Amino acid sequence: MSDAFLSVRNLYFTYDDGIEALHNVTLDIYRNELFVLFGPARAGKSTLLRLCNRLSDLSEHTERQGAITLNGKDIFAADINISALRRRVSMVFAIPTPLPGSIHANLVYGLKLAGIRDKGELERRVERSLRQAALWDEVKDRLDTSALALSGGQRQRLCLARSLALEPEIILLDNPTSGLDPISTATVEESLYELKQRYTIIMVPHSVQQAARVADRAAFLLNGELIEVGRAERMFVHPQDQRTEDYITGRFG
Amino acid sequence: MSRQQANKLAVGVLTVVAAIVVIPILLVIVYVVWQGLPALSWAFLTEAPRNGMKEGGIMPALLGTILLTLGTAIVSFPLSIATAIYLAEYAGDNRLTRWIRMAIVNLAGIPSIVYGLFGLGAFVLFMGFGTSILAGSLTLGIMTMPVVISTAEEAILAVPQQFRTVSLSLGASRWQTIRYQVLPHALPGIITGIILGLGRAAGETAPILFTVAAFYVPELPRSIFDQTMALPYHLYVISTQVPGMPLQIQYGAALVLLLIVLSFTLVATLVRTQMRRRREW
Ligand SMILES: Nc1ncnc2c1ncn2[C@@H]1O[C@H](COP(=O)(O)OP(=O)(O)OP(=O)(O)O)[C@@H](O)[C@H]1O
Ligand SMILES: [Mg+2]
Repeated sequence: MSDAFLSVRNLYFTYDDGIEALHNVTLDIYRNELFVLFGPARAGKSTLLRLCNRLSDLSEHTERQGAITLNGKDIFAADINISALRRRVSMVFAIPTPLPGSIHANLVYGLKLAGIRDKGELERRVERSLRQAALWDEVKDRLDTSALALSGGQRQRLCLARSLALEPEIILLDNPTSGLDPISTATVEESLYELKQRYTIIMVPHSVQQAARVADRAAFLLNGELIEVGRAERMFVHPQDQRTEDYITGRFG
Repeated sequence: MSRQQANKLAVGVLTVVAAIVVIPILLVIVYVVWQGLPALSWAFLTEAPRNGMKEGGIMPALLGTILLTLGTAIVSFPLSIATAIYLAEYAGDNRLTRWIRMAIVNLAGIPSIVYGLFGLGAFVLFMGFGTSILAGSLTLGIMTMPVVISTAEEAILAVPQQFRTVSLSLGASRWQTIRYQVLPHALPGIITGIILGLGRAAGETAPILFTVAAFYVPELPRSIFDQTMALPYHLYVISTQVPGMPLQIQYGAALVLLLIVLSFTLVATLVRTQMRRRREW
Protein backbone atom coordinates (compact mmCIF):
# COMPACT_ATOMS: atom_id res chain seq x y z
CA MET A 1 0.00 0.00 0.00
CA SER A 2 1.14 3.55 -0.71
CA ASP A 3 2.26 6.02 1.95
CA ALA A 4 -0.31 7.23 4.44
CA PHE A 5 -2.05 10.47 3.43
CA LEU A 6 -3.30 11.41 6.87
CA SER A 7 -1.54 9.88 9.76
CA VAL A 8 -2.52 9.99 13.44
CA ARG A 9 0.15 9.12 15.98
CA ASN A 10 -0.37 8.46 19.70
CA LEU A 11 -3.08 11.08 19.92
CA TYR A 12 -4.48 12.08 23.31
CA PHE A 13 -7.11 14.77 23.68
CA THR A 14 -8.72 16.15 26.82
CA TYR A 15 -11.54 18.73 27.02
CA ASP A 16 -11.64 21.57 29.52
CA ASP A 17 -13.82 19.56 31.89
CA GLY A 18 -11.06 16.96 32.20
CA ILE A 19 -12.83 14.36 30.04
CA GLU A 20 -10.28 12.40 28.08
CA ALA A 21 -11.99 12.06 24.72
CA LEU A 22 -9.13 10.32 22.91
CA HIS A 23 -6.55 8.00 24.43
CA ASN A 24 -3.47 6.99 22.48
CA VAL A 25 -5.06 6.76 19.04
CA THR A 26 -2.83 5.76 16.13
CA LEU A 27 -4.07 5.16 12.61
CA ASP A 28 -3.27 5.82 8.96
CA ILE A 29 -5.60 6.91 6.20
CA TYR A 30 -4.74 6.46 2.52
CA ARG A 31 -5.67 8.40 -0.59
CA ASN A 32 -9.07 7.79 -2.15
CA GLU A 33 -10.29 5.45 0.48
CA LEU A 34 -13.51 5.72 2.43
CA PHE A 35 -12.46 5.31 6.00
CA VAL A 36 -15.17 4.79 8.59
CA LEU A 37 -14.85 5.68 12.28
CA PHE A 38 -17.51 3.84 14.20
CA GLY A 39 -18.35 3.14 17.80
CA PRO A 40 -20.91 3.96 20.47
CA ALA A 41 -21.87 7.42 21.65
CA ARG A 42 -19.10 9.48 23.25
CA ALA A 43 -16.45 7.21 21.77
CA GLY A 44 -14.56 10.26 20.51
CA LYS A 45 -15.43 9.98 16.82
CA SER A 46 -16.44 13.60 16.32
CA THR A 47 -13.51 14.73 18.41
CA LEU A 48 -11.10 12.87 16.14
CA LEU A 49 -12.73 14.34 13.02
CA ARG A 50 -12.51 17.85 14.40
CA LEU A 51 -8.84 17.38 15.19
CA CYS A 52 -8.12 16.48 11.56
CA ASN A 53 -8.63 20.07 10.40
CA ARG A 54 -8.07 21.74 13.75
CA LEU A 55 -11.66 22.70 14.36
CA SER A 56 -10.68 21.38 17.78
CA ASP A 57 -8.94 24.73 18.25
CA LEU A 58 -12.38 26.26 18.80
CA SER A 59 -12.77 24.52 22.13
CA GLU A 60 -10.84 26.39 24.77
CA HIS A 61 -8.55 24.98 27.45
CA THR A 62 -8.07 21.60 25.85
CA GLU A 63 -5.00 19.43 26.04
CA ARG A 64 -3.49 17.47 23.21
CA GLN A 65 -0.58 15.11 22.90
CA GLY A 66 0.59 13.24 19.85
CA ALA A 67 0.64 14.19 16.22
CA ILE A 68 -1.43 14.33 13.05
CA THR A 69 0.40 14.68 9.76
CA LEU A 70 -1.09 15.45 6.36
CA ASN A 71 1.13 14.37 3.53
CA GLY A 72 3.94 14.08 6.05
CA LYS A 73 3.49 17.62 7.37
CA ASP A 74 2.53 18.23 11.00
CA ILE A 75 -0.83 20.05 11.00
CA PHE A 76 -0.17 21.47 14.47
CA ALA A 77 3.07 23.11 13.38
CA ALA A 78 3.26 26.83 14.12
CA ASP A 79 3.69 27.80 10.46
CA ILE A 80 0.61 25.97 9.22
CA ASN A 81 -2.05 28.09 7.51
CA ILE A 82 -5.21 27.00 9.28
CA SER A 83 -7.58 28.43 6.68
CA ALA A 84 -5.76 26.54 3.95
CA LEU A 85 -5.79 23.38 6.08
CA ARG A 86 -9.55 23.64 6.55
CA ARG A 87 -10.01 24.04 2.82
CA ARG A 88 -7.88 20.97 2.16
CA VAL A 89 -9.56 18.92 4.89
CA SER A 90 -13.18 19.96 4.89
CA MET A 91 -15.74 19.13 7.55
CA VAL A 92 -19.42 18.42 6.96
CA PHE A 93 -21.14 18.61 10.32
CA ALA A 94 -23.63 16.17 11.74
CA ILE A 95 -26.24 18.90 12.07
CA PRO A 96 -26.37 20.58 8.65
CA THR A 97 -26.20 24.33 9.12
CA PRO A 98 -26.72 26.50 6.07
CA LEU A 99 -25.54 30.04 6.60
CA PRO A 100 -28.31 32.65 6.32
CA GLY A 101 -28.47 33.72 2.70
CA SER A 102 -29.08 32.09 -0.62
CA ILE A 103 -28.06 28.63 -1.75
CA HIS A 104 -25.61 30.24 -4.12
CA ALA A 105 -24.13 32.45 -1.39
CA ASN A 106 -23.55 29.38 0.76
CA LEU A 107 -21.65 27.63 -1.99
CA VAL A 108 -19.39 30.52 -2.94
CA TYR A 109 -18.74 31.78 0.60
CA GLY A 110 -15.60 29.72 1.16
CA LEU A 111 -14.49 30.15 -2.45
CA LYS A 112 -14.54 33.92 -2.30
CA LEU A 113 -12.64 33.87 0.97
CA ALA A 114 -10.10 31.66 -0.72
CA GLY A 115 -9.60 34.46 -3.24
CA ILE A 116 -11.48 32.98 -6.18
CA ARG A 117 -12.97 35.96 -8.00
CA ASP A 118 -13.45 34.64 -11.51
CA LYS A 119 -17.19 34.38 -12.17
CA GLY A 120 -16.93 31.52 -14.58
CA GLU A 121 -14.85 29.52 -12.14
CA LEU A 122 -17.32 30.20 -9.32
CA GLU A 123 -20.29 29.10 -11.43
CA ARG A 124 -18.46 26.02 -12.62
CA ARG A 125 -17.74 24.98 -9.06
CA VAL A 126 -21.27 25.71 -7.89
CA GLU A 127 -22.78 23.45 -10.53
CA ARG A 128 -20.20 20.72 -10.18
CA SER A 129 -20.42 20.51 -6.39
CA LEU A 130 -24.22 20.47 -6.48
CA ARG A 131 -24.14 17.67 -9.06
CA GLN A 132 -21.67 15.69 -6.97
CA ALA A 133 -23.89 16.09 -3.92
CA ALA A 134 -26.94 15.00 -5.97
CA LEU A 135 -28.71 18.29 -5.34
CA TRP A 136 -28.36 20.07 -8.68
CA ASP A 137 -31.65 18.99 -10.23
CA GLU A 138 -33.64 20.01 -7.18
CA VAL A 139 -32.21 23.50 -6.75
CA LYS A 140 -30.81 24.61 -10.11
CA ASP A 141 -33.79 26.91 -10.71
CA ARG A 142 -33.70 28.54 -7.29
CA LEU A 143 -30.08 29.11 -6.45
CA ASP A 144 -30.91 32.61 -5.27
CA THR A 145 -33.54 31.56 -2.76
CA SER A 146 -32.82 31.17 0.93
CA ALA A 147 -30.81 28.12 1.89
CA LEU A 148 -32.77 27.95 5.12
CA ALA A 149 -35.89 27.06 3.16
CA LEU A 150 -34.39 23.70 2.17
CA SER A 151 -35.60 20.44 3.71
CA GLY A 152 -33.42 18.50 6.12
CA GLY A 153 -32.10 16.16 3.48
CA GLN A 154 -31.44 19.00 1.06
CA ARG A 155 -29.61 20.94 3.75
CA GLN A 156 -27.47 17.89 4.39
CA ARG A 157 -26.51 17.72 0.72
CA LEU A 158 -26.07 21.49 0.47
CA CYS A 159 -23.52 21.36 3.27
CA LEU A 160 -21.76 18.52 1.51
CA ALA A 161 -21.76 20.52 -1.73
CA ARG A 162 -20.45 23.55 0.11
CA SER A 163 -17.44 21.54 1.21
CA LEU A 164 -16.99 19.93 -2.21
CA ALA A 165 -16.96 23.35 -3.88
CA LEU A 166 -13.69 24.00 -2.07
CA GLU A 167 -12.23 21.00 -3.90
CA PRO A 168 -10.71 19.62 -0.72
CA GLU A 169 -8.43 16.61 -0.56
CA ILE A 170 -10.10 15.03 2.43
CA ILE A 171 -13.77 15.26 3.37
CA LEU A 172 -14.77 14.69 6.97
CA LEU A 173 -18.35 13.48 7.17
CA ASP A 174 -19.89 13.38 10.61
CA ASN A 175 -22.97 11.23 10.26
CA PRO A 176 -24.06 12.62 6.88
CA THR A 177 -27.36 10.74 6.90
CA SER A 178 -28.59 11.66 10.36
CA GLY A 179 -32.26 12.46 10.15
CA LEU A 180 -32.60 11.37 6.52
CA ASP A 181 -35.28 9.07 5.21
CA PRO A 182 -34.14 5.77 3.65
CA ILE A 183 -34.36 7.11 0.09
CA SER A 184 -32.22 10.17 0.78
CA THR A 185 -29.85 7.96 2.73
CA ALA A 186 -29.46 5.71 -0.29
CA THR A 187 -28.83 8.78 -2.49
CA VAL A 188 -26.07 9.96 -0.19
CA GLU A 189 -24.52 6.52 0.10
CA GLU A 190 -24.46 6.18 -3.67
CA SER A 191 -22.79 9.54 -4.12
CA LEU A 192 -20.14 8.47 -1.59
CA TYR A 193 -19.03 5.85 -4.03
CA GLU A 194 -18.57 8.48 -6.73
CA LEU A 195 -16.87 10.90 -4.37
CA LYS A 196 -14.13 8.61 -3.21
CA GLN A 197 -12.87 8.32 -6.79
CA ARG A 198 -11.85 11.92 -6.34
CA TYR A 199 -11.53 12.53 -2.63
CA THR A 200 -10.39 10.82 0.51
CA ILE A 201 -13.31 10.41 2.88
CA ILE A 202 -13.31 9.95 6.63
CA MET A 203 -16.81 9.28 7.80
CA VAL A 204 -18.68 8.64 11.03
CA PRO A 205 -21.57 6.39 10.00
CA HIS A 206 -25.15 6.43 11.13
CA SER A 207 -25.07 2.75 12.10
CA VAL A 208 -22.92 -0.35 11.97
CA GLN A 209 -24.97 -1.49 8.97
CA GLN A 210 -24.14 1.68 7.11
CA ALA A 211 -20.49 1.32 8.08
CA ALA A 212 -20.42 -2.16 6.64
CA ARG A 213 -22.15 -1.01 3.44
CA VAL A 214 -19.90 1.90 2.57
CA ALA A 215 -16.48 1.42 4.21
CA ASP A 216 -13.23 0.42 2.54
CA ARG A 217 -11.52 0.32 5.87
CA ALA A 218 -12.87 0.96 9.33
CA ALA A 219 -11.75 1.74 12.86
CA PHE A 220 -13.69 0.85 15.98
CA LEU A 221 -13.46 3.44 18.76
CA LEU A 222 -14.62 2.84 22.30
CA ASN A 223 -14.34 5.36 25.14
CA GLY A 224 -11.63 7.26 23.32
CA GLU A 225 -9.53 4.20 22.57
CA LEU A 226 -8.91 2.67 19.20
CA ILE A 227 -9.88 -0.98 19.58
CA GLU A 228 -9.40 -2.27 16.07
CA VAL A 229 -8.61 -1.09 12.53
CA GLY A 230 -8.90 -3.10 9.37
CA ARG A 231 -10.40 -3.69 5.98
CA ALA A 232 -14.16 -3.56 6.11
CA GLU A 233 -14.86 -6.89 4.47
CA ARG A 234 -12.75 -8.60 7.13
CA MET A 235 -13.68 -6.48 10.13
CA PHE A 236 -17.44 -6.67 9.85
CA VAL A 237 -17.30 -10.42 9.26
CA HIS A 238 -14.42 -11.58 11.46
CA PRO A 239 -13.66 -8.94 14.06
CA GLN A 240 -10.51 -9.74 15.98
CA ASP A 241 -11.39 -8.07 19.24
CA GLN A 242 -14.18 -9.34 21.43
CA ARG A 243 -15.41 -5.79 22.07
CA THR A 244 -15.68 -5.08 18.34
CA GLU A 245 -17.64 -8.26 17.88
CA ASP A 246 -19.97 -7.42 20.76
CA TYR A 247 -20.65 -3.99 19.29
CA ILE A 248 -21.15 -5.21 15.74
CA THR A 249 -23.51 -7.94 16.78
CA GLY A 250 -25.44 -5.46 18.85
CA ARG A 251 -24.59 -6.85 22.24
CA PHE A 252 -23.94 -3.35 23.57
CA GLY A 253 -23.95 0.27 22.51
CA MET B 1 -58.60 30.97 46.03
CA SER B 2 -58.94 29.06 42.81
CA ARG B 3 -56.29 29.15 40.19
CA GLN B 4 -58.45 31.21 37.93
CA GLN B 5 -59.10 33.78 40.60
CA ALA B 6 -55.42 33.99 41.43
CA ASN B 7 -54.70 34.52 37.78
CA LYS B 8 -57.27 37.30 37.53
CA LEU B 9 -55.89 38.96 40.62
CA ALA B 10 -52.34 38.85 39.29
CA VAL B 11 -53.41 40.37 35.98
CA GLY B 12 -55.32 43.06 37.84
CA VAL B 13 -52.43 43.98 40.11
CA LEU B 14 -49.97 44.08 37.23
CA THR B 15 -52.28 46.26 35.15
CA VAL B 16 -52.56 48.75 37.99
CA VAL B 17 -48.77 48.78 38.45
CA ALA B 18 -48.23 49.29 34.75
CA ALA B 19 -50.75 52.12 34.76
CA ILE B 20 -48.98 53.79 37.70
CA VAL B 21 -45.81 53.77 35.64
CA VAL B 22 -47.28 54.75 32.30
CA ILE B 23 -49.87 57.36 33.25
CA PRO B 24 -47.47 60.02 34.60
CA ILE B 25 -45.33 59.69 31.49
CA LEU B 26 -48.37 60.09 29.28
CA LEU B 27 -49.54 63.05 31.32
CA VAL B 28 -46.19 64.78 30.96
CA ILE B 29 -46.20 64.23 27.21
CA VAL B 30 -49.80 65.36 26.78
CA TYR B 31 -49.19 68.42 28.93
CA VAL B 32 -46.06 69.46 27.05
CA VAL B 33 -47.74 68.95 23.69
CA TRP B 34 -50.81 70.89 24.80
CA GLN B 35 -48.76 73.81 26.13
CA GLY B 36 -46.08 73.81 23.47
CA LEU B 37 -47.98 73.16 20.27
CA PRO B 38 -49.19 76.75 19.80
CA ALA B 39 -45.56 77.95 19.79
CA LEU B 40 -44.48 75.59 17.07
CA SER B 41 -44.05 77.12 13.67
CA TRP B 42 -41.55 77.13 10.86
CA ALA B 43 -40.24 80.46 12.14
CA PHE B 44 -39.82 79.05 15.65
CA LEU B 45 -37.52 76.34 14.27
CA THR B 46 -35.57 78.49 11.83
CA GLU B 47 -35.12 81.82 13.61
CA ALA B 48 -32.63 82.84 16.25
CA PRO B 49 -33.88 84.13 19.60
CA ARG B 50 -34.42 87.87 19.78
CA ASN B 51 -34.97 90.51 22.39
CA GLY B 52 -33.26 88.75 25.31
CA MET B 53 -34.61 85.42 24.03
CA LYS B 54 -38.15 86.50 24.83
CA GLU B 55 -39.01 86.42 21.14
CA GLY B 56 -37.90 84.55 18.06
CA GLY B 57 -37.07 80.87 17.73
CA ILE B 58 -34.65 78.21 18.82
CA MET B 59 -32.67 77.59 15.64
CA PRO B 60 -29.12 77.91 17.06
CA ALA B 61 -29.95 75.57 19.93
CA LEU B 62 -31.65 73.08 17.64
CA LEU B 63 -28.71 73.12 15.25
CA GLY B 64 -26.29 72.76 18.17
CA THR B 65 -28.11 69.70 19.44
CA ILE B 66 -28.05 68.17 15.97
CA LEU B 67 -24.31 68.83 15.69
CA LEU B 68 -23.65 67.41 19.15
CA THR B 69 -25.66 64.31 18.36
CA LEU B 70 -23.65 63.79 15.20
CA GLY B 71 -20.42 64.35 17.11
CA THR B 72 -21.53 61.90 19.77
CA ALA B 73 -22.22 59.28 17.12
CA ILE B 74 -18.80 59.80 15.55
CA VAL B 75 -17.06 59.41 18.92
CA SER B 76 -19.18 56.64 20.36
CA PHE B 77 -19.98 54.44 17.37
CA PRO B 78 -16.54 53.13 16.35
CA LEU B 79 -15.16 52.83 19.88
CA SER B 80 -18.24 51.09 21.24
CA ILE B 81 -18.48 48.61 18.40
CA ALA B 82 -14.79 47.82 18.60
CA THR B 83 -15.05 47.27 22.34
CA ALA B 84 -18.14 45.10 21.97
CA ILE B 85 -16.46 42.97 19.29
CA TYR B 86 -13.38 42.61 21.46
CA LEU B 87 -15.39 41.61 24.52
CA ALA B 88 -17.74 39.23 22.72
CA GLU B 89 -15.40 37.61 20.23
CA TYR B 90 -11.80 37.89 21.37
CA ALA B 91 -11.52 38.57 25.07
CA GLY B 92 -12.76 35.30 26.47
CA ASP B 93 -13.49 35.04 30.15
CA ASN B 94 -10.68 35.97 32.50
CA ARG B 95 -10.04 38.33 35.36
CA LEU B 96 -9.21 41.27 33.10
CA THR B 97 -12.36 40.96 30.99
CA ARG B 98 -14.55 40.42 34.04
CA TRP B 99 -13.08 43.62 35.41
CA ILE B 100 -13.75 45.47 32.15
CA ARG B 101 -17.34 44.24 32.07
CA MET B 102 -17.91 45.31 35.65
CA ALA B 103 -16.48 48.73 34.86
CA ILE B 104 -18.85 49.10 31.91
CA VAL B 105 -21.88 48.15 33.98
CA ASN B 106 -20.90 50.65 36.65
CA LEU B 107 -20.11 53.39 34.16
CA ALA B 108 -23.63 53.07 32.80
CA GLY B 109 -24.96 53.99 36.22
CA ILE B 110 -22.86 57.07 36.84
CA PRO B 111 -24.86 60.34 37.02
CA SER B 112 -24.45 62.44 33.92
CA ILE B 113 -23.17 65.46 35.86
CA VAL B 114 -20.11 63.39 36.73
CA TYR B 115 -19.44 62.88 33.04
CA GLY B 116 -19.83 66.62 32.64
CA LEU B 117 -17.19 67.29 35.29
CA PHE B 118 -14.93 64.65 33.78
CA GLY B 119 -15.31 66.29 30.36
CA LEU B 120 -14.48 69.66 31.88
CA GLY B 121 -11.33 68.31 33.48
CA ALA B 122 -10.16 66.05 30.69
CA PHE B 123 -11.18 67.71 27.44
CA VAL B 124 -11.86 71.37 28.18
CA LEU B 125 -8.93 71.99 30.50
CA PHE B 126 -6.34 69.21 30.29
CA MET B 127 -6.44 68.68 26.54
CA GLY B 128 -7.14 72.34 25.98
CA PHE B 129 -10.10 72.00 23.65
CA GLY B 130 -11.90 74.73 25.59
CA THR B 131 -15.70 74.80 25.83
CA SER B 132 -16.30 73.48 22.36
CA ILE B 133 -18.33 71.15 20.24
CA LEU B 134 -15.34 68.80 20.28
CA ALA B 135 -15.20 68.65 24.08
CA GLY B 136 -18.97 68.26 24.30
CA SER B 137 -19.10 65.49 21.72
CA LEU B 138 -16.29 63.60 23.44
CA THR B 139 -18.06 63.91 26.79
CA LEU B 140 -21.43 62.81 25.42
CA GLY B 141 -19.74 60.07 23.41
CA ILE B 142 -18.09 58.63 26.47
CA MET B 143 -21.31 58.88 28.42
CA THR B 144 -23.20 56.83 25.83
CA MET B 145 -20.50 54.20 25.37
CA PRO B 146 -21.44 51.86 28.25
CA VAL B 147 -25.01 51.44 27.03
CA VAL B 148 -24.00 51.07 23.39
CA ILE B 149 -21.28 48.56 24.28
CA SER B 150 -23.62 46.43 26.39
CA THR B 151 -26.36 46.38 23.76
CA ALA B 152 -23.90 45.65 20.97
CA GLU B 153 -22.19 42.88 22.92
CA GLU B 154 -25.55 41.29 23.65
CA ALA B 155 -26.50 41.48 19.98
CA ILE B 156 -23.20 39.89 18.96
CA LEU B 157 -23.53 37.08 21.49
CA ALA B 158 -27.06 36.38 20.28
CA VAL B 159 -25.78 35.29 16.86
CA PRO B 160 -25.90 31.47 16.86
CA GLN B 161 -22.54 29.84 17.55
CA GLN B 162 -22.96 27.38 14.64
CA PHE B 163 -22.65 30.19 12.11
CA ARG B 164 -19.20 30.96 13.44
CA THR B 165 -18.19 27.31 13.47
CA VAL B 166 -19.40 26.76 9.92
CA SER B 167 -17.69 29.89 8.67
CA LEU B 168 -14.38 28.94 10.27
CA SER B 169 -14.69 25.42 8.92
CA LEU B 170 -14.99 26.85 5.41
CA GLY B 171 -11.61 28.50 5.76
CA ALA B 172 -12.67 31.92 7.00
CA SER B 173 -10.37 33.66 9.43
CA ARG B 174 -11.68 34.82 12.73
CA TRP B 175 -12.07 38.39 11.53
CA GLN B 176 -13.70 37.32 8.27
CA THR B 177 -16.15 35.28 10.30
CA ILE B 178 -17.01 38.29 12.44
CA ARG B 179 -17.22 40.54 9.41
CA TYR B 180 -19.43 38.32 7.27
CA GLN B 181 -21.34 36.05 9.64
CA VAL B 182 -21.61 37.89 12.95
CA LEU B 183 -21.85 41.64 12.45
CA PRO B 184 -24.52 41.57 9.71
CA HIS B 185 -26.81 39.55 11.98
CA ALA B 186 -25.97 41.61 15.05
CA LEU B 187 -26.56 44.88 13.24
CA PRO B 188 -30.21 45.47 14.26
CA GLY B 189 -29.31 45.15 17.92
CA ILE B 190 -26.22 47.30 17.54
CA ILE B 191 -28.10 50.03 15.71
CA THR B 192 -30.85 49.98 18.31
CA GLY B 193 -28.28 50.50 21.04
CA ILE B 194 -26.66 53.37 19.19
CA ILE B 195 -29.92 55.17 18.53
CA LEU B 196 -31.06 54.83 22.12
CA GLY B 197 -27.68 56.13 23.25
CA LEU B 198 -27.95 59.10 20.91
CA GLY B 199 -31.45 59.80 22.17
CA ARG B 200 -30.09 60.04 25.66
CA ALA B 201 -27.19 62.22 24.54
CA ALA B 202 -29.53 64.62 22.74
CA GLY B 203 -31.60 65.18 25.85
CA GLU B 204 -28.94 65.56 28.55
CA THR B 205 -28.04 68.91 30.07
CA ALA B 206 -25.44 68.09 32.68
CA PRO B 207 -22.68 66.73 30.43
CA ILE B 208 -22.80 69.76 28.12
CA LEU B 209 -23.13 72.32 30.88
CA PHE B 210 -19.39 72.88 31.33
CA THR B 211 -18.10 71.44 28.10
CA VAL B 212 -19.89 73.08 25.20
CA ALA B 213 -23.16 74.80 25.90
CA ALA B 214 -23.36 78.56 25.48
CA PHE B 215 -25.91 80.68 27.29
CA TYR B 216 -26.47 82.71 24.19
CA VAL B 217 -24.39 83.01 21.00
CA PRO B 218 -26.07 84.84 18.17
CA GLU B 219 -23.94 83.42 15.39
CA LEU B 220 -23.64 79.78 14.44
CA PRO B 221 -20.52 77.73 15.21
CA ARG B 222 -17.92 77.64 12.45
CA SER B 223 -15.65 74.86 13.68
CA ILE B 224 -15.61 72.07 16.22
CA PHE B 225 -13.62 74.34 18.53
CA ASP B 226 -16.53 76.76 18.82
CA GLN B 227 -19.17 76.83 21.51
CA THR B 228 -22.73 76.27 20.55
CA MET B 229 -26.14 76.60 22.08
CA ALA B 230 -27.92 73.31 22.69
CA LEU B 231 -31.56 72.58 23.23
CA PRO B 232 -31.53 71.02 26.71
CA TYR B 233 -29.36 73.78 28.12
CA HIS B 234 -31.33 76.43 26.27
CA LEU B 235 -34.47 75.05 27.83
CA TYR B 236 -32.86 75.20 31.26
CA VAL B 237 -31.78 78.78 30.64
CA ILE B 238 -35.11 80.10 29.39
CA SER B 239 -36.97 78.28 32.16
CA THR B 240 -34.89 79.48 35.09
CA GLN B 241 -32.48 82.21 34.16
CA VAL B 242 -34.54 84.70 32.17
CA PRO B 243 -37.19 86.62 34.10
CA GLY B 244 -40.40 87.27 32.27
CA MET B 245 -39.94 84.54 29.71
CA PRO B 246 -43.18 83.76 27.84
CA LEU B 247 -44.41 80.30 28.88
CA GLN B 248 -45.24 79.48 25.29
CA ILE B 249 -41.61 79.67 24.18
CA GLN B 250 -40.50 77.50 27.09
CA TYR B 251 -43.02 74.80 26.29
CA GLY B 252 -42.34 75.11 22.59
CA ALA B 253 -38.65 74.37 23.20
CA ALA B 254 -39.55 71.53 25.57
CA LEU B 255 -41.84 70.04 22.97
CA VAL B 256 -39.15 70.13 20.27
CA LEU B 257 -36.67 68.43 22.61
CA LEU B 258 -39.24 65.84 23.58
CA LEU B 259 -40.02 65.13 19.93
CA ILE B 260 -36.34 64.68 19.13
CA VAL B 261 -35.78 62.21 21.95
CA LEU B 262 -39.01 60.32 21.25
CA SER B 263 -38.21 60.11 17.56
CA PHE B 264 -34.91 58.42 18.40
CA THR B 265 -36.78 55.81 20.41
CA LEU B 266 -39.32 55.41 17.66
CA VAL B 267 -36.66 54.98 14.98
CA ALA B 268 -34.83 52.45 17.17
CA THR B 269 -38.00 50.42 17.57
CA LEU B 270 -38.76 50.58 13.87
CA VAL B 271 -35.26 49.54 12.88
CA ARG B 272 -35.38 46.62 15.26
CA THR B 273 -38.76 45.28 14.18
CA GLN B 274 -37.99 45.84 10.52
CA MET B 275 -34.70 43.96 10.66
CA ARG B 276 -36.13 41.24 12.91
CA ARG B 277 -38.76 40.60 10.32
CA ARG B 278 -36.14 40.14 7.64
CA ARG B 279 -34.09 37.76 9.79
CA GLU B 280 -34.21 34.28 8.42
CA TRP B 281 -33.58 32.03 11.37
N1 LIG C 1 -16.94 20.64 23.26
C1 LIG C 1 -16.81 19.71 24.23
N2 LIG C 1 -16.53 20.07 25.51
C2 LIG C 1 -16.38 19.16 26.47
N3 LIG C 1 -16.49 17.83 26.29
C3 LIG C 1 -16.77 17.39 25.06
C4 LIG C 1 -16.93 18.30 23.96
N4 LIG C 1 -17.21 17.58 22.84
C5 LIG C 1 -17.20 16.29 23.23
N5 LIG C 1 -16.92 16.17 24.56
C6 LIG C 1 -16.79 14.92 25.31
O1 LIG C 1 -15.81 14.13 24.69
C7 LIG C 1 -16.21 12.77 24.61
C8 LIG C 1 -16.20 12.32 23.17
O2 LIG C 1 -17.21 13.05 22.46
P1 LIG C 1 -17.43 12.95 20.90
O3 LIG C 1 -18.43 13.98 20.55
O4 LIG C 1 -16.13 12.98 20.21
O5 LIG C 1 -18.06 11.50 20.78
P2 LIG C 1 -18.74 10.82 19.51
O6 LIG C 1 -18.08 9.51 19.34
O7 LIG C 1 -18.79 11.73 18.36
O8 LIG C 1 -20.21 10.56 20.08
P3 LIG C 1 -21.62 10.62 19.31
O9 LIG C 1 -21.79 9.31 18.63
O10 LIG C 1 -22.58 10.79 20.43
O11 LIG C 1 -21.58 11.77 18.37
C9 LIG C 1 -17.58 12.71 25.28
O12 LIG C 1 -17.39 12.28 26.60
C10 LIG C 1 -18.07 14.11 25.23
O13 LIG C 1 -18.90 14.38 26.33
MG1 LIG D 1 -20.33 12.77 17.32
